[in-house]
Amino acid sequence: MSIELPPPLVEVEDLSVNFVTRDSDVRAVDGVSFAMAAGEVLCVLGESGSGKSVTLRALMSLLPPRRSVVRGRVRIAGQDVLAMGEGALRRMRGGTVAMIFQEPMTAFDPVARVGDQIAEVVALHRGVTRRSARQRALDLFDLVRIPSAARRLDAYPHELSGGLRQRAMIALALSCDPKLLLADEPTTALDATVQIQVLILLRRLQRELGMSVIVVTHDLGVAAEVADRIAVMYAGRIVETGPVRDVLREPLHPYTAGLLASTVHDQPRGRDLSAIPGSPPDMRRLPPGCSFGPRCARRVGACEVAPPAVHTAPGRMARCVHVPPAPPGSGHASDRFGGASRPATA
Amino acid sequence: MPPRAIAAAAFRDLALDPAPAALLDRGGPAQPLLTVHGLRKHFPVRGGLFGRTTARVRAVDGVSFAVRKGETLGIVGESGCGKSTVARLMMRLLRPDAGEQIFDGEAVGEAGGIAVDAMRRQVQMVFQDSASSLNPRMPVQNTVAFGPVAFGARRDAALAAARDLLARVGLDPVLFGGRYPHELSGGQKQRVNIARALALRPRMVILDEAVSALDKSVEAQVLNLLQALKRDLGLTYVFISHDLGVVRWISDRVMVMYLGQVVEIGPAEALYAAPKHPYTRALLASRPSLDPDRRREEAPIGGDPPNPIDPPAGCRFHTRCPHAEPVCSARAPAMAGCDGPGEAELLAHRAACHLHDPSSGHSAAVAA
Repeated sequence: MSIELPPPLVEVEDLSVNFVTRDSDVRAVDGVSFAMAAGEVLCVLGESGSGKSVTLRALMSLLPPRRSVVRGRVRIAGQDVLAMGEGALRRMRGGTVAMIFQEPMTAFDPVARVGDQIAEVVALHRGVTRRSARQRALDLFDLVRIPSAARRLDAYPHELSGGLRQRAMIALALSCDPKLLLADEPTTALDATVQIQVLILLRRLQRELGMSVIVVTHDLGVAAEVADRIAVMYAGRIVETGPVRDVLREPLHPYTAGLLASTVHDQPRGRDLSAIPGSPPDMRRLPPGCSFGPRCARRVGACEVAPPAVHTAPGRMARCVHVPPAPPGSGHASDRFGGASRPATA
Repeated sequence: MPPRAIAAAAFRDLALDPAPAALLDRGGPAQPLLTVHGLRKHFPVRGGLFGRTTARVRAVDGVSFAVRKGETLGIVGESGCGKSTVARLMMRLLRPDAGEQIFDGEAVGEAGGIAVDAMRRQVQMVFQDSASSLNPRMPVQNTVAFGPVAFGARRDAALAAARDLLARVGLDPVLFGGRYPHELSGGQKQRVNIARALALRPRMVILDEAVSALDKSVEAQVLNLLQALKRDLGLTYVFISHDLGVVRWISDRVMVMYLGQVVEIGPAEALYAAPKHPYTRALLASRPSLDPDRRREEAPIGGDPPNPIDPPAGCRFHTRCPHAEPVCSARAPAMAGCDGPGEAELLAHRAACHLHDPSSGHSAAVAA
């Protein structure tokens, strides 16, 4: 007897991205696999250069075609994204999948009114009249709780405050009811009192509209506020995934544990913070084996070989030799959320 | 051994003129190292046909505070609150429109006081962008030695001292001394910037978002380094950041700014445990929780910080304050209990809010 599970909305299998120039070939993303159900919020957590934003851009096929080589498989809503032609990509971008960026000022055209920019997208994707497209823009501004929405539609991007611009960008992204919203550091440029407003808004919209969201962030606090699941990236690989509570409370990978311990929140004053030594690796000269090895306090001889993904529970994975696999027969050696269970390529 | 003596010992073998910082201490430990009073800086906004001044950004508008010797004063606030302008005014990278600045008992830049460049040797600054504050065409050890050489130190002595300093900030001079900035990571560059700031043996270091651009795993290392240097060299810090967690960890006292003014100042523990100003309360309550079971359901306050070009009348926070009453838009609240320059006043936990002034006419006002 088998229960037919609905196919996941997003399936990424063994995704790798190389950036190629005349004199270098750098692998920015290395063997990333994950799957996401509809209505889920996934946070990709990582530091600069970990490959989190590149992964996000690969999902929408937004990487520069001549300078990047993308391998692997990306399926969104049953469609193979990497095999799409320009026309299909254009329909998917903004239609099925939409994206919001860190800096809304550069995402909008500075010389067009924000309302017109949103109405243009609606008219293009839906083929509706100008009037109903504008009505849709007004409804969207209400949806993202922009006060005096009708007046704000006629504003130019520079006339809006940072928080309102970010709300307007969310409205633009939601204009065609995407099934998947990609958010790249959506609140990093915002002030503290505004950041929490936008995080709460994102969470509320996600619940009301039932869409899936992938948030890329370097901020543990953002992940704790919005994520259902967390994927931690380091040096181009996912080193740990799991439900948000499990990852934050019982991190499996030494990097995740170190990141949690070194994030300053309420540690006692007058005592040193526990820091991770060293700095993130140069992606051009990755160490062999586990990329975190040179900074890891628990390094052993076995770390010289890239550790395989170890699944400890459904949806719970870590790439570390110290993580014991799930007991045999428990049946989740490989599952749809944890990624491929074969060793990563070094 | 008192901190000054430690500082002197640390630099004993650095063949640098002038005398060690310890000898520069004039007023003794009780006298604040830096006091500013009524600091003001407005930037003109030019526009129109002939580039006339059409408006003024009130970046810093009547800011007073003191920094005690050997402490870390944290300054927090959102973008546009004037915290970085305060730092630039303290260094005199900007000329204040009004206000006095007293460095260890001497008025800065006034007749009979201390000259601006003499003050700058004792106050150094570290900026947020570690790359743009280093000369890309200069090996980092030369960058660190540049200040002392400019002030008349011998080149070989300054280079030797620079290499010692690089070692002190955790960079092996043999490995890193001859490197150029682009050959270093962000954290390593910021260590070089710290060494460069220390090369003139300052008594005070202003850290303007000095760890904000670093990766979290590196930020903790640099914070630990800053604490160790402060301890060993007897430094005084002004630590400016938007990160409330980091400020709480590093600061002895914290000053909260909003739209060019100080709204609250006090010892870090007291201010975080029992914030007095509604803005401070909102700011602290806006921090993400780090516990997925205790997520914020409602934002503490709505809206964005207003534009400092045309700040609200009266209390500048009244447009977003849940306790605002007519008095708040009519009259700007004064900082409570701000009369004397004594030690008690310096240590006091004070806020500029009508709620803490029983005579203000606010219906919920109570004595502070």
